[in-house]
Amino acid sequence: MRSIWRTIDPGLLRDIALVCLADGVVGLWYGAISVGGGLDLWVPVLLSLVVFAGASQFLFVGIVAAGGSPIAATIAGLLVNSRHVAFGLAVSDVIGNGWRRPLGSHVMTDENVAFALGQEDLRQKRAAYWVCGIGIFVCWNIGVVIGALAGSVITDTDVFGLDAAFPAVLLALVLPSLRGRKTRTAALAGSVVALAATPFLPAGLPVLLALLGLVFYRSDKPSLEAVR
Amino acid sequence: MNKTLLLVGILIFAVGTFSLRLAGPLMRTRFELPERAQQVMAAAAVVLLAALVATAALTDGPGAAGIARPAGVLVGGVLAWRKAPFVLVVVAAAATAAGLRLLGVP
Repeated sequence: MRSIWRTIDPGLLRDIALVCLADGVVGLWYGAISVGGGLDLWVPVLLSLVVFAGASQFLFVGIVAAGGSPIAATIAGLLVNSRHVAFGLAVSDVIGNGWRRPLGSHVMTDENVAFALGQEDLRQKRAAYWVCGIGIFVCWNIGVVIGALAGSVITDTDVFGLDAAFPAVLLALVLPSLRGRKTRTAALAGSVVALAATPFLPAGLPVLLALLGLVFYRSDKPSLEAVR
Repeated sequence: MNKTLLLVGILIFAVGTFSLRLAGPLMRTRFELPERAQQVMAAAAVVLLAALVATAALTDGPGAAGIARPAGVLVGGVLAWRKAPFVLVVVAAAATAAGLRLLGVP
């Protein structure tokens, strides 16, 4: 463990600490909003331990709290988490073999993958990946427990505007990804589909139906097959 | 709410997510997912999250959500767009909705 601390650059360590802290704050809100939305305390806490994927947890809790089926919520959450396959391919060397493989896979997040890929050599990549992954896991779960406990004290979430905090949190998370025009078009089209379907379909399904918006997602580069 | 179904859903969700994470390291050979597939996967995640933002901000059950909640989300969204700190985004969104309701706006 000491070698990890020596490998890692102090500036990088500070950046990682800030990210861990920020994720802890998101976890705080996630816990409070989930319980405020009517879910039992164990739901957000268990999700954070065994799923440990922020955006998909918000999606899951949002669908279930709106009265949607847990199965629809699971499908939506897994679709969001499918990006981890690409992450895993990119950092498989960084994670290592043996016992490290399952443990390192579980702490895989957007953040620690990004930190790892930003380093020069394998030792530094490993150090950044593990320190950031474990740090986020600890901060996130502590944040969620505290948030859920605080949320259970609040009885009327509407009075405190917590119902507006939930979409605002998600919007802040998704906004950087909307800077690309093609993704934005697909997201807008999908949102319109979901809104139009909401009065007619059970909760949870309209969000899944939004995937139809991907019809509007076009790559700017023609694929290699098309060139050949 | 059916607690057993909820627990089963969470467990499937957990096993599925873990499998997705483990899939990359298990395919040890230098197999690269086609770039196009990666792009579409990333876009799909954004589309789902954006749709959740839209429905959570604008609808309540099968009907419309009123004015206070969308207004709060709008304020939070503008702040996030101007790269305001995360805490400020959340507090401003909640405070706007709560303040409007205090004034009698639905």
